[in-house]
Amino acid sequence: MSIPAEAFVGELKRHGFDFFTGVPCSFLSAILDRLEAEGYRPAVREDVAIGLAAGAYLAGRQSVVLMQNSGLGVSLNALASLNVMYRIPVLLIISLRGYQIEDAPEHWVMGEVTTRLLETVKIPHRIVGDTTYLDDCAAVATVCGVERLPAALLIRKGAVA
Amino acid sequence: MTRAEAIAAVRGCLTDEVVVHANGAICRESFALGDRPGNFYMIGSMGLAASIGLGVALVRPEKRVIIFDGDGNVLMALGTLAMVAAERPGNFLHLVFDNGTYGSTGGQPTHSRQVPLEEVARGCGYRRTLRVRKREALVGALQEFQREPGPAFLLVEVSPEEPEEFPRVPLPPEVIADHLRDWLAGG
Repeated sequence: MSIPAEAFVGELKRHGFDFFTGVPCSFLSAILDRLEAEGYRPAVREDVAIGLAAGAYLAGRQSVVLMQNSGLGVSLNALASLNVMYRIPVLLIISLRGYQIEDAPEHWVMGEVTTRLLETVKIPHRIVGDTTYLDDCAAVATVCGVERLPAALLIRKGAVA
Repeated sequence: MTRAEAIAAVRGCLTDEVVVHANGAICRESFALGDRPGNFYMIGSMGLAASIGLGVALVRPEKRVIIFDGDGNVLMALGTLAMVAAERPGNFLHLVFDNGTYGSTGGQPTHSRQVPLEEVARGCGYRRTLRVRKREALVGALQEFQREPGPAFLLVEVSPEEPEEFPRVPLPPEVIADHLRDWLAGG
């Protein structure tokens, strides 16, 4: 069963997240539709979204960056040399293209390695489930809010609608 | 004009702005003039100085935000100019010290020698753009741009020579972030 986007976004807001930017993915479209009303700012590239989110954090916000997993590769240097190094937290909401599903060829490699890549760069992550999403959101909010580090929620096809 | 002279001229005009410094010599030469509240020194994440500054500017529209950027940094994330222009933050001043080289890595040429970055910014839709070469023109333009709504883009042509001494910014990164966040929170 899908998690209603309204409930998912409501949970993010309940945990204090209040600045939203990113680059779209079709798996994230229901969430992005909901975020229009929350002042979502589109970015040109995923690492630029991370920069924008970092600036918003320095100005007092709790930031979220949405992206396709293809954008994770683009973002690695920013995550390492900005977020982790300065302890500037960011919640990443990353779609899982090519992960345990039939998908277009451009998603095969990154789809297979997304979770392992996050483990390699020590970014805690949860694959969002309809029965676990309250706990998933609470876990990443603790990483961002208490440890001041990046964390990721991974979104499978149709997980949030 | 050297970049250090240009940075010193700009620092002399500052009051309570947020200044986001691009990585490399720009951080180091500005820090050598003394730390100040509102300074953020971007040590890694090359290309992201303007997007970090844009994030601050959008959340705190009453605060003036200045980016001390370099040509290599601007070119690395050129799409950021479109984002700045589309968001139209009135409190955003993009200062680019353009020496036409990647100075910290041995002076390799950048594309700014062929591509005038202030024209790219104008094409994107920055409200004001200008190129200056002399100290007097720099100070005059800065004072004018600080009175007018942005986003503004001021390209400062500087000579490509690099200083021999290059002390790094000695502050731990976490302290750099906390200084700015606490200062912006009024604490």
